[in-house]
Amino acid sequence: MKQLNAQEISSISSQIRRDILRMVHGCKSGHPGGSLGCADFLATLYFNTMKHHTEFSMDGKGEDVFFLSNGHISPVFYSTLARAGYFPVEELKTFRKLNTRLQGHPTTHEHLPGVRVASGSLGQGISVACGAALAKKLNNDPHTVYALMGDGEIEEGQNWEAFMFAAHQKIDNLIVTIDYNGQQIDGSTKEVMGLGDDIAEKLKAFGWEILHMNGHDTQNIIDTLNTAKQMCGKGKPIFIVMKTEMGYPVDFMMGSHKWHGVAPNDAELANALSQLPETIGDY
Amino acid sequence: MKKFDVQNVKDTRSGFGAGLSELGKTHANVVALCADLTGSLKMDAFQKDHPERFFQVGIAEANMIGVAAGLTIGGWIPFTGTFANFSTGRVYDQIRQSVAYSGKNVKICASHAGITLGEDGATHQILEDIGLMKMLPGMVVINPCDYNQTKAATIAIADYNGPVYLRFGRPAVPNFTAPDQVFEIGKALMLNEGKDVTIFATGHLVWKAIEAGHALAEMGIDAEIINIHTIKPLDEEAVLKSVAKTRCVVTAEEHQMNGGLGDSIAQLLARKMPTPLEMVAVNDSFGESGTPDDLMKKYGLESVNIVEAVQAVLKRK
Repeated sequence: MKQLNAQEISSISSQIRRDILRMVHGCKSGHPGGSLGCADFLATLYFNTMKHHTEFSMDGKGEDVFFLSNGHISPVFYSTLARAGYFPVEELKTFRKLNTRLQGHPTTHEHLPGVRVASGSLGQGISVACGAALAKKLNNDPHTVYALMGDGEIEEGQNWEAFMFAAHQKIDNLIVTIDYNGQQIDGSTKEVMGLGDDIAEKLKAFGWEILHMNGHDTQNIIDTLNTAKQMCGKGKPIFIVMKTEMGYPVDFMMGSHKWHGVAPNDAELANALSQLPETIGDY
Repeated sequence: MKKFDVQNVKDTRSGFGAGLSELGKTHANVVALCADLTGSLKMDAFQKDHPERFFQVGIAEANMIGVAAGLTIGGWIPFTGTFANFSTGRVYDQIRQSVAYSGKNVKICASHAGITLGEDGATHQILEDIGLMKMLPGMVVINPCDYNQTKAATIAIADYNGPVYLRFGRPAVPNFTAPDQVFEIGKALMLNEGKDVTIFATGHLVWKAIEAGHALAEMGIDAEIINIHTIKPLDEEAVLKSVAKTRCVVTAEEHQMNGGLGDSIAQLLARKMPTPLEMVAVNDSFGESGTPDDLMKKYGLESVNIVEAVQAVLKRK
């Protein structure tokens, strides 16, 4: 696949955001807020950073692989996979409907190309990514394992088991990004469960390498992920704190947790779409 | 009543360790993970012989299940090891989502199942694990009866593609099945043919059922005894064939009555061949501290309890 530049990726992510809004509107359910916030990241991963094959193989041997731990942002994952060529974009309209491969949360059960494990029940993805990264080492496969998690999700204890394990096992072919948008279902992370003054310091204390990036600046995402790749193979797993805004860049969806798991009505959809250029064609 | 030669008295967990060790030699794609119980699970030999394929995960069972699921994605066959309690109840959602629903080829190997874990008490004595695991779609549930069968089962599950729960125990028990047996998943094993009653037993209760069979023979009762080492998928054909002949049933297991082997057999018979049935199992109770033998007596899991259950069910025939 051709490696796109920052401007081209922004164009794709605008289309992904349109897909997200139309998907959740189409089934009147789903999680638009975090999905919109992570569109630039997912687009950068699949259109620039990762070496991957759209002819899907579960084993992922000889390619980079990605795990979405915060499975509720499935709309951004599905749209990115479809736009990257894993399955037809028309299938996006089946999201959350009976007999779809695009289940509410990602699953391997319906054999959707691009998904390697079910996620949705939070806190499990980093452990799975650790296992897949160990498998790559055992297979002498030099490729990288990427994972994305939510910041509210880090409240699940299993994550901290995985953080300890990855450092102890020196899993240095693993790049975990946290979507640091400061919001979860019931409110801000500060209100619901304070994550501490500096999440990066916690991970650093666990023995991880730390990077920061702006999740809405595609050039910054490209550069940071390139830096992360260069840090691989040096004995430490890598953790990227990605600052995003839930709902970005739709004006009425930003600045609160309210659009975490609510679908827009017809007027809200029209308003939101008017703020996002259609770049490569709606499905 | 057929006689069985007891070759020795050994713990089933050592059968697992021996099977895993053999897999290390024969299957280059088998990896093992353990949550700080390597000695208890008898995984030391595999760890020593194949350190590059052994992962110590520490006291972090949820992570262990997730890491195992991830390892399958690169084509490896992970065997996880810890106590049955921490292999199931503690990590149910991890198994449900990352293993069972995701269809991952993980072998969840669980020692110290049931009350024969003994003195550590009820916090560690899970009696609900068969029920928890058998309810998961696609999960195979195996509970072998002795050292030789546990070793054979351990080897067999490596060649089965899909999630498996393998349950075994701590105490030394009579080792009487063939050392060279080939374990067939889902195949009930006829131990003694009889005509008056069928005793379906699993795990440690298989030997108790044989003891009961001898006692019953002296009383003139001809018991058919079948070892159901695989609770799921249940060998329905073997169960129905036997019950069609004997027309009454006793089930025996070191597990809660709810959700165990007896529950599976009762469900099958209720649907296809309603038959008087008695269950030898723990009746909606937690265990407690004590020696394995004392606990088996107190909780009614001895051969005498099987004999009493047979007498009761015969009256209902």
